Amino acid sequence: MMEKTCNCEAMTEQEKLKFIQDVIEDYDHDPSSLIQILHVAQNVYGFLPIEVQELIADQLDIPLSRVSGVVSFYSLFTTVPKGKYVIKICLGTACYVRGSKRVIERLEKILKIKLGETTEDLKYSLEITRCMGACGLAPAMSINEELYMQVNPDKLLGILENLEGGEA
Amino acid sequence: MVSLKINNKTIQADENTTIMEAAKANGILIPSLCYLEGVHQVGSCRICVVEVEGSRNLQASCITKVSEGMTVKTNTKEVRKVRKVVYELMMSDHDDNCLVCSRSGGCEFQELGEWIQLQEENPYQGAHSKLGVKDISNPSIERDLSKCILCRRCITVCNEIQGIGIMENQNRGFDSFVGPTEGFELMDINCTFCGQCTTVCPVGALKERDATVNVWEALLDKNKRVVVQTAPAVRAALGEEFGYEPGTLVTGKMAAALRELGFDDVFDTNFAADLTILEEGTELLMRLKALISGDETSLPMITSCSPGWIKYVEHKFPDQLDHLSSCKSPHMMLGALAKSYYADQLDMDAKDMFVVSVMPCTAKKYEITREEMLGDVDAVLTTRELAKMIKDAGIDFVHLEDERFDNPMGLSSGAADIFGATGGVMEAALRTVYEIITGTEMPYENLHVQSIMGLEGIKEGSLLIDKTTPEWSGLEGVTVRYAAASGLSNAKILLDQIRQGTSPYHFIEIMACPGGCISGGGQPRLTTQAIREKRMEAIYREDEGKTLRKSHENEAIIHLYETYLKAPLGHKSHELLHTHYVKRNMYSK
Repeated sequence: MMEKTCNCEAMTEQEKLKFIQDVIEDYDHDPSSLIQILHVAQNVYGFLPIEVQELIADQLDIPLSRVSGVVSFYSLFTTVPKGKYVIKICLGTACYVRGSKRVIERLEKILKIKLGETTEDLKYSLEITRCMGACGLAPAMSINEELYMQVNPDKLLGILENLEGGEA
Repeated sequence: MVSLKINNKTIQADENTTIMEAAKANGILIPSLCYLEGVHQVGSCRICVVEVEGSRNLQASCITKVSEGMTVKTNTKEVRKVRKVVYELMMSDHDDNCLVCSRSGGCEFQELGEWIQLQEENPYQGAHSKLGVKDISNPSIERDLSKCILCRRCITVCNEIQGIGIMENQNRGFDSFVGPTEGFELMDINCTFCGQCTTVCPVGALKERDATVNVWEALLDKNKRVVVQTAPAVRAALGEEFGYEPGTLVTGKMAAALRELGFDDVFDTNFAADLTILEEGTELLMRLKALISGDETSLPMITSCSPGWIKYVEHKFPDQLDHLSSCKSPHMMLGALAKSYYADQLDMDAKDMFVVSVMPCTAKKYEITREEMLGDVDAVLTTRELAKMIKDAGIDFVHLEDERFDNPMGLSSGAADIFGATGGVMEAALRTVYEIITGTEMPYENLHVQSIMGLEGIKEGSLLIDKTTPEWSGLEGVTVRYAAASGLSNAKILLDQIRQGTSPYHFIEIMACPGGCISGGGQPRLTTQAIREKRMEAIYREDEGKTLRKSHENEAIIHLYETYLKAPLGHKSHELLHTHYVKRNMYSK
C-alpha cells in the first residue's frame, strides 16, 4: 500500500479529519492495519490526541483501550504535540563515550526543558535515540531529517540559530 | 493419541492437549496462575513452566501442546528455582498488605505461594510502583492497580467473552498496567459493570465496591426498618461459600441467616419476578396487538432485567432503545413497592426504610444510582458480600434450620425461580402470555421450553398460536418467534440483526453474563462451565419442586393488583414499576 502524503501543516482541521477517514477507507476499516493508520494520523497531526484515537477506534470498530494500548506501547507514537524541530541525541556506546551526555546537558540548559519534553512555543523537542550508524564521527545528533556529527556543545547555539536562519 | 513421558511416567494423551492438561489427567498437578480453563490460556504469567527435553528454554505448560516422544519434567531444580523467582518478582510489585485485603483467604496468588512453599523473605525489594493507584469512580467495581499481577484474565473476559474491551494492556515494560486508556476511569467509558472481570481476577485488583459497611450501619440503626430481598440466582450459589457442592440450594438457610443478621423483613425478589412477568408480558401483548392492527410499535421487544445489558445497549445501540421493555428490573420493582405499598401497610414514612438487595450482580450496584430510579433500593450486596456478612456475624450457616420468606412479598412461582438462568425469563413469560392468549396451558412437557434451555450463547424457538380467546382473536395463526442470548458478544449479534432490519423475532431475552445471573459478576469465584450447569440444574429443580409454576397464579401478586396496583401497565404500575433509558456516548470525556 502506498503511503499517502499530505501538506499537513496547511490543512484545516476538517481536511485533516477527512484525510484520515479516507486513509481508513483505503485500508478497508481493517483492524489489522491499525499501526499503519496510526502512523498516517501521527504524520497529519504531529501527535495522536485522544480524539483522533477515538475516531480510529470508532472507524475500525475496536475498543479505544486497544488503540491506546498500541499507541502507548510503541515509543514512536506520541500523545503529546512535538516541536517543529525534533532534536535526537545519540546515546549509543560510541557517542556516549565521546560525550553525548554533555550535549544533552547543554541543550537542556539552552532550551530550558528536560529530555523528552517540548518547549512551550512548540519549537523544539528533545529526545534520545539509539545508534544511528555514525559512530566514527561521534557524538552524533539529528534535527528532523538532518544529521549532525562530531557535535561540540559550544557549537550548539550556533546550530540552533542557523536552523531559524535557514527557515527565514 | 501421542505417547509422552512426564516425570518418568509414560502417558497417552490426545495430540491437541497441553502438557498441563495431560499431566493433570494423569495425577500430576502443575502450579499455575493466569491459566483459567476454557477462558484464558495465553501463558502470560510463566508460573507453569516445565522442562521439555530438547527445548532450549523452559516451556509454559498451559500453552505447549504434547507431542510424540516428548519428555517433560515438572519438578527439576531449575523448574523449581524459576517458578520461585517468577513468583517473587510478581510479589515484589504487589501490595502485600494481605491481612486487610478482601481477597485474603480466597486469593489465588496467596494459595500459590503456599503451594510452592516460599520460605525466605522475598529477596526482591520491589518498587511497589502502583501503590495507591485506585479507580473508585463508579458504584460497582473497584480497581486496585497495586494488587494487579498483570495476568490478563480480565482482558480476555472483557474482550473475547463480553466483546466490550474496557480492559487492555497499556504502556510498556515496568509502566504497564491493565485497564482502560490512561486518564479514563470506568465511569468515563462504556463499561457495563457486568463484573465478569471481578469473577476471574485471581487477586484483589478487581472486586465489587463494598456495601457491607453501609448495610451493617443500617442494621445497627434502631430507627431504620431494614428490608432485604434475594435474587433467584443467589440461593443456587451462596452455599458454595460455605463448602457446599455447587448446585446446592440453600434457600431456607439463607432466609434464616438474613433474619439472624437482623433484617426486619426478608422478602424475595422472586415475588417481583412474577410481577415482572405480568407487566412485561402485558407489554408484549400490547406490542403484538399493535403489530396486528398495523399500528406503530417496536418489535422485537427485549427484556430489561439485566442492568449490565441495559448499560451496554445504551452505549452501543442508543438508536434501538425503543425495543427495550420499560419494566424496571425485579429488585427495583420490589424496592419501589416496599417504600410505597408496604410502607403504607406499616403506616410508616418510607424515609425510615432501608432496602437491601442481595444480587448475583455488580451492575445492580450501579443500577440503584440511576437517576430514574434513585431511592428505590438503598444498597446492593453481592452473593459474595452476603457470605462475608454471615461469616462476620458468627452465624453457623451449615447448622441453620430452614426458614421461609416474609409476606406480603415472599411468595413466588417456579416461573420466578428460573429468572436466574439464561432462557428462564423467556420461559416464565411464555407460560403466562400463552395462557392469556389461548386460555390454555402452554403445550410443553413440564412447562419447559426446551429450545431455549441450556448454556448455549444464543437460543431460539417459535410457538404457533393455534387458538385464542375472543379478546386475542387477532393473533390466531401467528407464530411467535423468540430468542434468548447471554453474554454481551452474543447480545450484539441479535442487536446487529435488529439494526439491519433482519431480526425474525418478536421477543428476545438478554442477560449480560454468560449463562445468565447464575454466573453473574457477584457470584462466588470461580465459575466454570461445570459449575454453571450445576447452578442451572438447581434453579430448575427449585421450579419443579413447586406446585405454583406460573406467575399469574401467584396469589400474593393477584392480591397486590386487586388491592393496590389495579391492573398491569396501569397508572400505579407506570409510576412504580416502569422506567426509561438514556442514550449514552461510548466515552464521556
